[in-house]
Parts: sequence; structure tokens; C-alpha cells
Amino acid sequence: MKLTGAEIFVESLKREGVKTVFGLPGGVVLKIFDVLYGEKDLDFVLVRHEQAAIHMAEAYARATGKVGVALVTSGPGATNTVTGLVNANLDSCPIVVFTGQVLTSLIGNDAFQEADIVGISRSCTKHNYLVKHVNELAQTIKEAFYIAGSGRPGPVLVDIPKDVSMAMAEFTYPDKVYIRGYNPTYEGNKWQIKQAAEAILKAERPVLYVGGGVINSDGSGELQSLAELLNIPVTMTLMGLGAFPGTHPLSLGMLGMHGAHATNLAVHNCDLLIAVGSRFDDRVTGKINEFVPHAKIIHVDVDPTSIRKNIHVDIPIVGDARAVLRDLLAQVTAMVGGKRREGKTPWLTQIATWESERPLTYKADAKVIKPQFVIDMIYRRTRGEAIITSDVGQHQMWTAQFYKFAKPRTWLNSGGLGTMGYGFPAALGAQRAFPDQLVVCITGDGSFQMNLQELSTAMAYDLPVKVAIINNGYHGMVRQWQQLFYDGHYSASRIECGPDYVKLAEAYGAVGLRATEPHEVDDLLDEAFAVRKPVLMDFQVDPYENCYPMVPAGGAIHQMVYEDPQPEAGGRPSTPKDTQKESISLA
Amino acid sequence: MERIISLLVENKFGVLVRVAGLFSARGFNIESLSVGPTIDPSMSLITIVTEGDERILEQITKQLNKLIDVIKVVDLTENDFVERETTLVKIHTRTEDRAEAFRIIEIFRAKIVDSTPTTYTVEITGDAQKVEAFINQLRPLGLKELVRSGRIAIARDDAKAAGDHKRRQVVVEAK
Ligand SMILES: Cc1ncc(C[n+]2csc(CCOP(=O)(O)OP(=O)(O)O)c2C)c(N)n1
Ligand SMILES: [Mg+2]
Repeated sequence: MKLTGAEIFVESLKREGVKTVFGLPGGVVLKIFDVLYGEKDLDFVLVRHEQAAIHMAEAYARATGKVGVALVTSGPGATNTVTGLVNANLDSCPIVVFTGQVLTSLIGNDAFQEADIVGISRSCTKHNYLVKHVNELAQTIKEAFYIAGSGRPGPVLVDIPKDVSMAMAEFTYPDKVYIRGYNPTYEGNKWQIKQAAEAILKAERPVLYVGGGVINSDGSGELQSLAELLNIPVTMTLMGLGAFPGTHPLSLGMLGMHGAHATNLAVHNCDLLIAVGSRFDDRVTGKINEFVPHAKIIHVDVDPTSIRKNIHVDIPIVGDARAVLRDLLAQVTAMVGGKRREGKTPWLTQIATWESERPLTYKADAKVIKPQFVIDMIYRRTRGEAIITSDVGQHQMWTAQFYKFAKPRTWLNSGGLGTMGYGFPAALGAQRAFPDQLVVCITGDGSFQMNLQELSTAMAYDLPVKVAIINNGYHGMVRQWQQLFYDGHYSASRIECGPDYVKLAEAYGAVGLRATEPHEVDDLLDEAFAVRKPVLMDFQVDPYENCYPMVPAGGAIHQMVYEDPQPEAGGRPSTPKDTQKESISLA
Repeated sequence: MERIISLLVENKFGVLVRVAGLFSARGFNIESLSVGPTIDPSMSLITIVTEGDERILEQITKQLNKLIDVIKVVDLTENDFVERETTLVKIHTRTEDRAEAFRIIEIFRAKIVDSTPTTYTVEITGDAQKVEAFINQLRPLGLKELVRSGRIAIARDDAKAAGDHKRRQVVVEAK
């Protein structure tokens, strides 16, 4: 049967099991939108800015484990996707982004709304395609989905010229993919796994250091069994939170620049670091030469380029995190005769001592809302079970520290790129995937303003996300660095003239709520979580609260700073208390 | 350390840019590069000469392998290989220098492939050392122009060559 390119496009998506497409139309994709008109099996979410569509598709993918899909027009529509593509690429998230392109005969002519998006996105996609003929369209879409979702997942972009979507071709959707240059390794090398198992059994101070790879491969179950079998403490990267239950006695929470005291010390002093689906990012390792000085390193990763990229590894294992954990568990179980290692090892006792030395806490205040208090309250109320999205800044690090995730795929956040503006659209994408779940976006006043236009989308599609703005009147993380490392010169970090968020919400027909004092927080959350509507919560928090512990950039991770430096006698006060009042009464 | 990397790639538009982009994005220099068809017209062979320490080269090789359009990567320098480069040199033909020019051309078994009243164009083929030595010998006579093909190389044990790749197929069943 002959179909138009546009029909082939829609049919192919259906064959891939796609339910939701995020995006925004334009001239060169009108033929496709015409086919989508009246299409019952595919639901299209019209965004207000294409960047948001990519974040939504990403969050949709992350929360469901399926490939996320977006469709935008050529030129500006396509270039608006770039931040989202880089974000998905760095955070290994499977999405396929379709961009319209000008007529093939006009490509390269500076035609109206032409952008060389294949060229632009080459370095920030796992792979990309320009479809030059309608005959290649179905095959290309098949490959795109396969590449996005397999191996180390990532974004794939498919550029479809207008004439390709109009031309006719015979439609058969391929049921197999042959890509001779692409053959990801899933099963770990048996001999290496045996080596790893031996090292694990020999270790006295082992630490499991797990990242987003465990979540991408759905390997949490295997991870937990392995940790419990041998009583190995588990620390998670920012992207790995949720891979292991945050309240589990073996959980050390997040490590790295804002890792807890005991966590970073455990990592620094371990004699065996078992890295699974994590990639030794500089925010994790701090000064790389001083990272885990006493440890052997096992590194499991599906992407061979991650291994030995930043650090020497003793036992490298290329493979899918889940598959390798499964084999490792079987190997270790056989070696110990299935017997669980019970009781507290001296190592766990040592870690517990560090924990009691400096637990991860904050000082609540009776008058001023502490940002951590808001997050703590959200955590207590949801018991770690909500889907939480976050943006970038202090609020993000506090969320990572104080929200103890119970399950994988419930923490959606921009790790590798640190994209302010990610959180709110991500919440909408996740809510679209799970209409009945509680989705909370914990954001900052800076970050939220980078994609707040999506309030309109939230209303249009009845996406009742709860947005908690940790409103400190500052680009808080920037301000913190300026306070600590730039003599308190708050250059361009103060966010002046932030909107009245209550009125803003109301302007869109959503619900707006505000808390300025700690005792209001609880009731406000009650109210917000009870309505089935998008809610904006403006928490006016202490503008000068800082995020600790902190490893100063370039430092080793066991050398943490725990509190604000005391002002020197006669010197500049490190916290300009005089401006504090003014900042609190922002709105 | 110098490395010669042989890449078997899909014969499609944009592949060379991906390979070159990978080098440039990471600040790796390409010393020479040559591309040509293989026995199988659906594939091309790229020969890249690059330099770097072992860790950088391990990264480069892995990153190249990661490109979807790259079918096989072989670091030829790890084993025995044969390499060649062709160079065209245009030299001045002043009467007093001619005898010397002929002598050098003779010694290196180079070939004059074109001449004008004031110039000779000489072709030389050989490994990098030979070509380099030849150019250095001619230099005092005055080089007018120099065009080098870039180096190509082939493994002596043909099982290791990228060009010998047997089609591996990844089959994914339909959902
Ligand atoms: C798009 C983008 N621009 C700039 C930055 C640099 N940056 C990192 S954190 C931050 C401040 C974020 O402010 P806010 O969202 O209010 O969060 P807070 O730190 O105050 O909690 C900035 C500007 C970034 N991460 N992303
Ligand atoms: Mg802020």
C-alpha cells in the first residue's frame, strides 16, 4: 500500500508503540500534523516552547523506561531543541526527536527557516539522520528507536524534509534492524566477573558506587540483593538516586561535591570501589588524583568509553548494569555458599561513627523558612514515593540530600548538563505518563523562570503537577560560590523583580499559594496536594542559607566544608544580613 | 607516540565529518587522513595518522568505535603493517641544479611526471621516512610546491585489517 511520508511517519510511531508525542508545529511539518489531526492512537501534547518538549519527552522516557518522542518544525523549532538534546545525551536518556526540514532541493540555500540541525546536533546526539528519500523513512525511524533505546541510551534526531513527508512510497515497517557498526555489549566478560567477585569477597571496606546506569537497565533488584548479601554500603550519584532505597540501612545517599560527611569519608577510605553504571564525573570525584587512594576499582559500564576515561580501573567490565549485577550476584552467592553476611562489620561501624559525628541535617528556624525544611516536609508527606523533578541550584542539591527516594525512576533531574529550566517541563512529561501519580517539581526562582510558560500547557492538558518554588530571591548556588570564593561580591546573582507567583498561577487559571513563615508550610502542602490542578507554591525561604557539606571545586572529596566561614574580626561579614529582610518580602 | 588508525566505515554522506568531528571536539590532532572506497562499495576505508599517549589513544579508539557508522577500528601500529604515501613535488629547474636533481630522483627511484621550461614535477611513493628524506634532499634546490596524499597502510597479517571485516549483523526481533 502506498502512503505519504507523513502517513508513514505516524504509522511507524504507532508500530513503535508510541503513545505520546510532545512538540509544536510549523510550516514544513504541516503535512505530518494534518495526519495527526483526528488520529486517535497517538496523543500530541502542544508545548509553548520546543525546549520544554524535549525535556518532557526525556522525563516521560525516564519515568516510564520507554523511548520519549518529540516533533518540531525546522529552523528555530529545531534549534530550540538543542539544550534538551545535550541534556539527554549527557544523562543517557532515550528520546527520538523529529525535526522538519526545508525542501531537499533548498537544503544549503539559506532557505526560509532552514537550519543545519543535523550538523548542529551531531556532537550532542547518539546518532542523527537526514532522511533524503521517502523510501528510507520507515527504516530510519526503526533504526532511530533502536539506537536511542539500546546500549547506553541517548537522543537520536531525525530530520525530515517537507517533500519527504509529502512524497508517496510503499509502506512496510521493518521488523528487524541490521546495523553492522553498532552492537552494544550486554553480557559482562565471565572471567572479569569472577575476578570482581573475588575482589569483593576479599575486600574489608567495600563501597558500591552506583549511577543512572543501574536505573536505565532496571537493575535495582539485583543491586539490592548483592548489597544485602554481603552487607556492602551503597552510595548513589545524583543520577543514581532511587536505584537503592534511600532509607535502607546500607544506603549512604549521594556522594561528591555535596555528599554527606560519612558518605564521602566512606568513599575516600574504602579499599574496594564497585562502580556500576556511574562514570566518575568530576562533581563526584573532586580532585581525581586523590580520589579513593586506598582502593581497587571495579567499573561496570555499558559504554566502553566511560571506562578508564577519567580514572585507572583495576577490573573493567563492559556490559549492561543489570546483566552484570545478576552474574556477579550468582558468582558471589556460589562462592559464599548462599550465606548472607550478617551483622555489622567493623567497616559499617566505622561509617556509623562518621554518621553520628556529622549527620546530614539543617537548623530549623521558628521565624524564617529554611529551604531544607520545605523539602523535608515534602519528603515526610510523600514518604519518598512521589515522582520528584528538580532544577539546578541549591534547591536541587538539598532535594538530593533530604528527599530519600524509595524507588527508581521517581527522581527526574538534569545531572550532566545542569540545565536550569528542566524541572517544570520534566514534571509535566512525567505527569502525562502517570496521570494519577503525585508529581512534585522542586525548583528555584531562577530555574522556574526559564520555562514557566509551560503553565499554559499544564492547564491545557490538565496536568496537576505541584511546583514548589524554593524562592530565595537569588541564583542561590551562584550566590553561595560568590560568598565563599569571591569575597561576597554578589555580581548578577540577585533575582530582582521576580513575579508574584500567586498571581502568576492565577493568571493561567492554576492555583497559587504562598508561605512566608515555617508554621504555614504544612497547611500549604495539605492544600496544594489536595487540589487536582496545577499548583504553584511560593516558599519564601532564607535567602542566605548555604548548601553543606561542600567540597570546594578542585578539592579532594574527604576535605569538606561544613558551615559558613566565620567573619574575620573587622572584615567583611560573610552574610550581608542587612539585605536579608528586603529579600524575604520579595513578592 | 604516532599511530596509524584504519577505519572501516559506512559509505554514506556525513561519516567523514563525524570522524573528524570526534577528533576536533576533543582537541586531538589529525596529522594525515585519506579516504577511499573498498572492495565492498557500501563501505569506505579511512586511514588516519594521529599522535598521543596511550590513554588518549585508547579513548580515541573507543570513541571511534562508538560511532554508529564506524564498522571497525584497527590500530595498525599494534602489529606489522606496510605503509605508503605518494607525493608530488614541483621544483625549479635552474640549469646549474639539474644534475643534482636528477641524481636525487635517481637515488630515491622517484619519477618526473611533468615538466615545463622552468619546473619539473616529481612523483615519489614510499613510506613516510623515505618521502621525508627525499623532500629534505630536494629542499636546497628550491621547492615550488608540495602535495602529499596522506599515508595509507595495510596490516601484514590480513586477519587483523579493518578492510577484511566480515559482515556482523545485529538482529533485533520486532516488538
Ligand atoms: C541554563 C543555565 N544557566 C545558568 C546556569 C548556572 N547556574 C547554576 S545554578 C544557578 C542558580 C540557580 O538559581 P535558582 O534556580 O533560583 O536555584 P537556587 O540555587 O537559588 O536554589 C545558575 C545560574 C545553569 N545551571 N543553567
Ligand atoms: Mg533561587
